[in-house]
Amino acid sequence: MLAFTLRRAIQAIGVMIAVGIISFSMFRFAGDPVNQMVGMDTSGAERAAIRKSLGLDDPVIVQFGRYIGNAAQFKFGVSYQFRLPVSNLLMERMPATLELAVCATIFAMLCGILMGVYSALRRDSWLTHAFQAISLIGISLPTFLIGILMIYLFSVTLGWLPSFGRGDVVHIGWWTTGLLTLSGLKALIMPSITLGLFQMTLIMRLVRTEMLEVMRTDYIRFARARGLTTRAIHYGHALRNTMIPVITVAGLQFGSVIAFAIITETVFQWPGMGLLFVQAVQNVDIPIMAAYLMMVSLIFVTINLVVDILYTIVDPRLRSTISRAH
Amino acid sequence: MTEPVLSVRNLQVEFASRRGTLRAIDSVSFDIAKGEVLGVVGESGAGKSVTGLAVIGLIDSPGRISGGEIRLSGLRIDDLPPEEMRRVRGKRIGMIFQDPLTSLNPLYKIGDQLIETIRTHLNLSETAARRRAIDLLAEVGIPAPEKRIDGYPHEFSGGMRQRVVIALAICAEPELIIADEPTTALDVSVQAQIISLIKRLGRDHGTAVMLVTHDMGVIAETSDRVAVMYAGRVAEIGPVQDVVQNALHPYAKGLMGAIPTLAGDDKRLVQIPGSMPRLSAIPRGCSFNPRCALAFDRCRVERPEPLPRGAQSVACHLYDSVPAESAA
Repeated sequence: MLAFTLRRAIQAIGVMIAVGIISFSMFRFAGDPVNQMVGMDTSGAERAAIRKSLGLDDPVIVQFGRYIGNAAQFKFGVSYQFRLPVSNLLMERMPATLELAVCATIFAMLCGILMGVYSALRRDSWLTHAFQAISLIGISLPTFLIGILMIYLFSVTLGWLPSFGRGDVVHIGWWTTGLLTLSGLKALIMPSITLGLFQMTLIMRLVRTEMLEVMRTDYIRFARARGLTTRAIHYGHALRNTMIPVITVAGLQFGSVIAFAIITETVFQWPGMGLLFVQAVQNVDIPIMAAYLMMVSLIFVTINLVVDILYTIVDPRLRSTISRAH
Repeated sequence: MTEPVLSVRNLQVEFASRRGTLRAIDSVSFDIAKGEVLGVVGESGAGKSVTGLAVIGLIDSPGRISGGEIRLSGLRIDDLPPEEMRRVRGKRIGMIFQDPLTSLNPLYKIGDQLIETIRTHLNLSETAARRRAIDLLAEVGIPAPEKRIDGYPHEFSGGMRQRVVIALAICAEPELIIADEPTTALDVSVQAQIISLIKRLGRDHGTAVMLVTHDMGVIAETSDRVAVMYAGRVAEIGPVQDVVQNALHPYAKGLMGAIPTLAGDDKRLVQIPGSMPRLSAIPRGCSFNPRCALAFDRCRVERPEPLPRGAQSVACHLYDSVPAESAA
């Protein structure tokens, strides 16, 4: 088990180094950083001095090593536009994005699983057909459109919910949270739904298919032959067996939730990493873009690792094959 | 005379399909007494398993019981409301399925599955149910049951898993066990152990057993009586010795002729020509008539009804016209 976790961790580090190469090369292909920093009237000698002081005349491999070394300590340099350390900027923005992503995922899982189970067990009910229709909308309408429609309905027309921002936040150490104030919670509702809708339909469809599959298996038939209650069969035996693919998808989707947050954050002017990234792209603020790339990759890789470990908790068969393999 | 544990009368099971209603089981009748093992034998698709599922009330849509009645110790069970039938399943009727590898939920310890079943049917505490589960595992021959009870299904071999399945089927002391091809998926050496286990349990607890199989060897070894099914009907039913040695129905004769012996005579095994008709194309008259060497005009027109013949009962026109004495 430990060896398995360790091996996966080493693979994860390999992936992060590969991402590091890509984000490092962004600096080299997106123009001369010195030109970005100095004015038009800076002399060649001054430029060379800056270049030397920043270590930009070292061999590429040395620069890369330095970059990775710094990145491992969460030092991503200074933002061109804000003149502030990128890691500070990201840390400031991260709580907003993570809170949004977690709320969106919880919403997606909760509604997705409930709707999926219901539509698998009551295949012909009108509610099932309604769910199917909603899922079709969720899968085919683009996120920003849903966001804008919701703003129009709930903010502009009804005036129930704020149309942008995070509301009031509370500081807990370096973390800022909107979960503890009413306006913060209200501000979370629409962005979470917008961001989570796609995942919700995905999970609902997945749960439905898996559940129908599991209900046909021999052990469900045997459970019925043993006279177990319908409740125990559906929720104890069938649902648990559908959870493995659901955990995988939901876990892997959490990464894309964070990545897709760029759009939702732009629509709702949500002060998170995604919005920071969009601003960085507009201003060719490469340190932020590179750092964002690294951060999102790190989150992806971590989630992958966690999902792999979660599997073994849900499915005892994997636990023993893993320990046998080592 | 004591009441039979299971009494099936004129059972009919139909499946609605796109091309009309298919009758999978047609006027099947049989009894099983306390402590008796009834073997149900026939080719694939003869309706053996469907009969078993009908008795335990697990015929799924689009299938349904469309006629006849099933009584368990006198109580009619084919028309019970679902919730009451659920209480009968597992408590009064235990069922064992063909494939022990897929019968157990892979995500739960076998102990949890046993305790869950026990506590569903019997009013026992968690600890008492666990004690009972360990005793059951010991009874079905699982070594070191107090240790193995915390094992997951994949940690058991096929034969051991079938023992667990049997423990699950008998955990509330049912009056009737339906074993649907319990040995088909197992090694030959394990088959014999499982069969003798089922037999022993039936004897020790006075449980009636309905043993569904296509293996005549298993039937001859285990059963007290045997029912030969063909195309959804009972062709012949009677004490196992009589049917094996002196089958009356031409189809049963053919089946018995197809049992290889160890005696070493190198006679070719008898083969029944043709194959069983599909449900959608059951011939008029006796459903066996196209394959029967002895068929005559009446067989092609009129469906034979079961006729008593000594201890046996046979559905064949051959025995209708002939007086009883000369039939044997």
